[in-house]
Amino acid sequence: MAKTVDQYFDELQQTRVWRSIFRSGTGSSTLKRALAIQQNVFLHLFSTKVRTRMLSFSATWYLGTLTLGTFLILVATGIPLMLYYHPSAPQAYADTKDLQFVVSSGLFLRNLHRWSAHAMVFLVFAHMFKVFYRGAYRTPREFNWVIGVILLLITLLLSYTGYLLPWDQLAYWAITVGSNIASAVPIIGDKIHFLLLGGHAVNANALLRFYVLHCMILPLTAMFFVAIHFWRIRKDGGLYNHDSEPATVRAKNGDSSKEVK
Amino acid sequence: MAEEKKAQLGDDLNRRQFFTKLGLGSLSIAAVGTAAFSYQYLEPNVLYEPSPVVNAGKPDRYPLDSVTLDVNNGIYIIHSQEGYFSLSAVCTHLGCLTAWKQELGIIACPCHGSKFEQTGRKIEGPAPKPLPWKRVWINDDGDLLVDRSTDVPALARDSFVRV
Repeated sequence: MAKTVDQYFDELQQTRVWRSIFRSGTGSSTLKRALAIQQNVFLHLFSTKVRTRMLSFSATWYLGTLTLGTFLILVATGIPLMLYYHPSAPQAYADTKDLQFVVSSGLFLRNLHRWSAHAMVFLVFAHMFKVFYRGAYRTPREFNWVIGVILLLITLLLSYTGYLLPWDQLAYWAITVGSNIASAVPIIGDKIHFLLLGGHAVNANALLRFYVLHCMILPLTAMFFVAIHFWRIRKDGGLYNHDSEPATVRAKNGDSSKEVK
Repeated sequence: MAEEKKAQLGDDLNRRQFFTKLGLGSLSIAAVGTAAFSYQYLEPNVLYEPSPVVNAGKPDRYPLDSVTLDVNNGIYIIHSQEGYFSLSAVCTHLGCLTAWKQELGIIACPCHGSKFEQTGRKIEGPAPKPLPWKRVWINDDGDLLVDRSTDVPALARDSFVRV
């Protein structure tokens, strides 16, 4: 009797090599399913158990997950774009045009990167509004809100630094104006302007600095804070659900109703 | 023996505490040093930026009552009845390059709508300051030179060059 694909897969999962990689083993018991999350380096940031209703669309509108999705698209499209783009004043604009008109799938990657960037800024704001109006920022989740604000700033800085890279008129003047706004900071404003641009005007140094910020420093910083952001969700008691908050927490947040729906 | 050691190292500091303090102290000094060196590293010591002094060529290139924008250097060369003078063409609001509107007789910024007279005085818009006047002079070859790094008082007698 021929084996089915499922049977082959089951056999594979019993092999010594498979078990050395995935220690939690197979099976659908609550313990095995919890271990599958807890023993995975990526998934262990999350809670091992989530209430079913928190996975419904209406609970979160999936805005945080969608933001992560756009971020992953931006990493996946940004890295191939780096292979054709030279962050130097004579070449940056020509490379951008090449990506647009010459490189196979360059147009697709660049547009996907651009639209995802716009979507990410939108989704970050939408996520924050949703969290705010659900009251999900309240005790004990205040600090995760603070991390969210840091992530908002990183998102905006990523958007801003990426804006210069095409090195066209729009980019040049937008960064001229934006960096001059930074000079408005009292006392150290001019210093910030100078360090940000690596000079007194938007030129080759500024392009290179924005490139390094955009491709290395800001994405790594974002990943660092995203990891903390996710881990805090678990540590602060899972995804926020008003009705199942402990009575003490609800009382502290000024909600006297005892009824649990 | 133990009593002796304690006495040597001081009354409220045992060996472990001493080494902890020493370690943290060294790390703090190293951190301050790293911060200082990082700051210095991030600040360029040599800038490959164009010289602030611009050679605007022979003065007779600029007809009487004309305003000429030098796009690359961000300055106006203006030949008025009182003589030649130069204005910065960089808007004092957020640094956009302004343009001379011949038909209106004004300088206008395309970014946020600031308008200036040809003497640099602000007419309207968000610009906080008038366009600064720049030092002008004639060199030995008879060329008109502008020093973009030196502001001079607007409309002052010495701020014009007469040929």
